[in-house]
Amino acid sequence: MIEFLFKGLVRDRSRSLFPVLIVAAGVMLTVFLQSWLNGALSSLIQSTAHYRTGHVCVMTRAYNEKADQLPNDLALLGIDTLLTTLRGQYPDLFWTPRITFGGLLDIPDEKGETKEQAPVSGMGVDLLASDSPEWKVLNIRPALVQGHLPKQQGEILIAEALAGKLHIQPGQKVTLISSTMYGSMTYYNFTIAGTVRFGVAPMDRSAIIADLNDIQQALDMQHGAGEIVGFFHDDLYHEDRANVITEDFNTRSSKSSDKFSPIMGTLRTVSGLADYLDFASSFSGIILTVFVVVMSIVLWNAGLTGSLRRYGEIGLRLAIGEETGHVYRSMMVESLFIGIAGSIAGTAIGVAIAYYLQVHGFDIGSMTKNSTMMISDVIRAQVEPSTFAIGFLPGILATFLGAAISGIGIYKRQTSQLFKELET
Amino acid sequence: MRRMFWLIAVLLSSVCYAQTPRLPQSASGEEILKKVDLNMFSENKIIESRMVIHGERGSRTVETKSWQRSTRETFSEFLAPARDKGTKMLKLQDMLWTYSPSTDRIILISGHMLRQSVMGSDLSYEDMMEDPHLPNLYSAKVSSEETVVGRSCWVLDLTAKKEDIAYNSRKAWIDKTRYVLLKENLYAKSGKLLKTMEVREVTEIQNHWIAKSILYKDVLKEGGGTEFFVDSVILDATIPEYLFSKAALKK
Repeated sequence: MIEFLFKGLVRDRSRSLFPVLIVAAGVMLTVFLQSWLNGALSSLIQSTAHYRTGHVCVMTRAYNEKADQLPNDLALLGIDTLLTTLRGQYPDLFWTPRITFGGLLDIPDEKGETKEQAPVSGMGVDLLASDSPEWKVLNIRPALVQGHLPKQQGEILIAEALAGKLHIQPGQKVTLISSTMYGSMTYYNFTIAGTVRFGVAPMDRSAIIADLNDIQQALDMQHGAGEIVGFFHDDLYHEDRANVITEDFNTRSSKSSDKFSPIMGTLRTVSGLADYLDFASSFSGIILTVFVVVMSIVLWNAGLTGSLRRYGEIGLRLAIGEETGHVYRSMMVESLFIGIAGSIAGTAIGVAIAYYLQVHGFDIGSMTKNSTMMISDVIRAQVEPSTFAIGFLPGILATFLGAAISGIGIYKRQTSQLFKELET
Repeated sequence: MRRMFWLIAVLLSSVCYAQTPRLPQSASGEEILKKVDLNMFSENKIIESRMVIHGERGSRTVETKSWQRSTRETFSEFLAPARDKGTKMLKLQDMLWTYSPSTDRIILISGHMLRQSVMGSDLSYEDMMEDPHLPNLYSAKVSSEETVVGRSCWVLDLTAKKEDIAYNSRKAWIDKTRYVLLKENLYAKSGKLLKTMEVREVTEIQNHWIAKSILYKDVLKEGGGTEFFVDSVILDATIPEYLFSKAALKK
């Protein structure tokens, strides 16, 4: 029976081609959008983790309340002890201290007087330790455009665009003007080791990267850091595990009565992206629902059209004694074939397009140049196992629903009228 | 009105309110301000002072020596703490430069940098740069009379004459007999209180009443405020001309 129906579909393209094309197009769109959204979301999470919050982040309670102001006056002090504790208690993550700060970069002329100045957003990270994870986390080596990586204290990396704006080259001396953790204005000389381009707009606009010790001296923050960030070893954000670790740490170490006691937050809570991440993660469901509804309506219409074309065939089948339910079920089986065929074709095309964009990416730099979100300039789709399966549910369901609704007409045929209809 | 902080002016200038004839009880705000102004300034002075800054994480003391010529030119050198020792500032009219020995750079403080705190205190560079002659910047009106730290005072409401000014209005408590500003509240255009100043001790030097201990508080900032102590004042001192040049910063 199934083989009979299958042959019918293959041999009579008027029954199958149009529905298969519709399903394939819809499935392709679903697969592509899902993988594109996955890629964009992963990129946002990864960039935010790498350049801002880590997967989890420890700071003082007071700092946490004003984190968007980079309040280094409320920074963690005595971080060596805290780092030892974190590394001992939570070996699932690696931990590294950071100081994020703002200031002005002052470029002297030959007389030592100010020639150019520009606002900068800086990061003090562990740059000089041989086993520092920051090289990998911040993707520093591939980001280097000119010069060399810092080899000694007093050397910094600056954003390539900033270097161009200030007309400075590696090897040149510059002065950072900023505030100490006690609020005094502070000046600190650096030598530019190299320029970098991270492909993340907020970093590429005005970033400087310096060694943590230099920034601790510059900002009068001995043994201090604004934040200690933690990353899972596989560099993936595991929200459930992060929540468990955060709750455990805060129960053990954070005192609500002491505003300088440490508190841990997850990427989700610290980054302020919670609402965005919620929306993005539910977006796949929204796409699938919309697809199923829209495709069902389209296929319902296609089914009605097909029924008109097959009006005589169905009438004849009923007239010679085939049960109405059997006719209806056989159409359901046909729709299943169409759904599977369309889903396979759509998934194949969708995955192919997504894979192309996974490899080559799509440059949205012109749209993000003023963005403050830590999202890469090049968005790549992300093909993962679920990408291969996600199109089948809406593809088959929509076809099924379309056929089920349009097939109801079969039950409305009047048997007494069938021969009369056939005579005409 | 103008006197951003009498502060460094009153502080550093360490104000003098001299033995001048008393104003009648019904004196106008403008007359009172002029009286304060007249007695507050001397031509040249050398001041050694301390700022005790009570931050959220403890207190720090910053010691300074300043050479002041008129009210518009000041050369200052920080003597303590060790980290800031040797840092110098030169104010010439509307320009302010700083020199830090660790970088051997002279930096012009301008734009939004002027809003930065001076050494983490409750005072900003903008406060230092403001014309200390209040009658140039504010119109004054006597609103009431009150007793502050045991002294009978006029309470003046000062309103800015210009738009581009850090504090749109002030409320000032003026000692009726010494013409010393004993207390002041500084407000934004919205009416929000931004800073307060309270004189805790006044002393008489060379016929001038000098505010010797003052508490400044940036209301928007956490912490216990900044205490300003004038340790010594030499009025009408002889100050070498070269101090008021950028070259002096590196010496």
